[in-house]
Amino acid sequence: MKSRSFLRWPVVEVSAVAKITESPIDLGALVASVQRRSSGAVLLFVGTVRDVNEGRAVSGIRYDSYREMAEGVLTEITTEAATRAGACAIEATHRIGEVAIGDASVAIAVSTPHRAEAFDACRYIIEQIKVRLPVWKYEQYADGDMQWVRGVDPSGNVIRP
Amino acid sequence: MKVRLLLFAHYRDLAGHDELEFELPPGSTAFQLVERLRADPRLQSLPATPAIAVNHTYASLSVSLAEGDEVALIPPVAGG
Repeated sequence: MKSRSFLRWPVVEVSAVAKITESPIDLGALVASVQRRSSGAVLLFVGTVRDVNEGRAVSGIRYDSYREMAEGVLTEITTEAATRAGACAIEATHRIGEVAIGDASVAIAVSTPHRAEAFDACRYIIEQIKVRLPVWKYEQYADGDMQWVRGVDPSGNVIRP
Repeated sequence: MKVRLLLFAHYRDLAGHDELEFELPPGSTAFQLVERLRADPRLQSLPATPAIAVNHTYASLSVSLAEGDEVALIPPVAGG
């Protein structure tokens, strides 16, 4: 193959992976998946299920999702974060189904050459998940009651064709 | 034309179904579909302008639907 000058520019690796899963999230594997020789910062954010919400004792959460769409939206979000960060590797996973107290419901691993971009990308991803990922929480309380957790209307937070 | 409607979380509980099929006049908009849904006594408490997705992508209520579209009503989201 003939080489062309523009192909000799330094390669900036950008990788963004998004997963929706019913299985427990393997945090070690998530961190390992973004480690690169070019990484100077590797950041892991883990969202976990709390035992109290708005003053009520919580016994567990079931996450419902529009799975086919959620996979696409999480891919969009991680790709947007990667585009903003430049050189980076990102992997984000959201768990669905029953999740026990203390278990990870969402985890985001980001690696970049320098720390600032990693923090920015991680923050962007979790904030966007909160306002546009089609996932819903059904909270089960210690007193036997249960309800859908009040959410955020995604209408104002998405770009529509 | 036929379209599939998907319901999730609170909206699914209201409707008592997670999936419905509708026969609509050609050229109907998503807004017209929502109006038809809200005519059902069980779904009167649906917002007049809920967030929707058409074929897995967020869409405007003014979008014209096509035969075979998968329309989803997206309740306020609560992931993370």
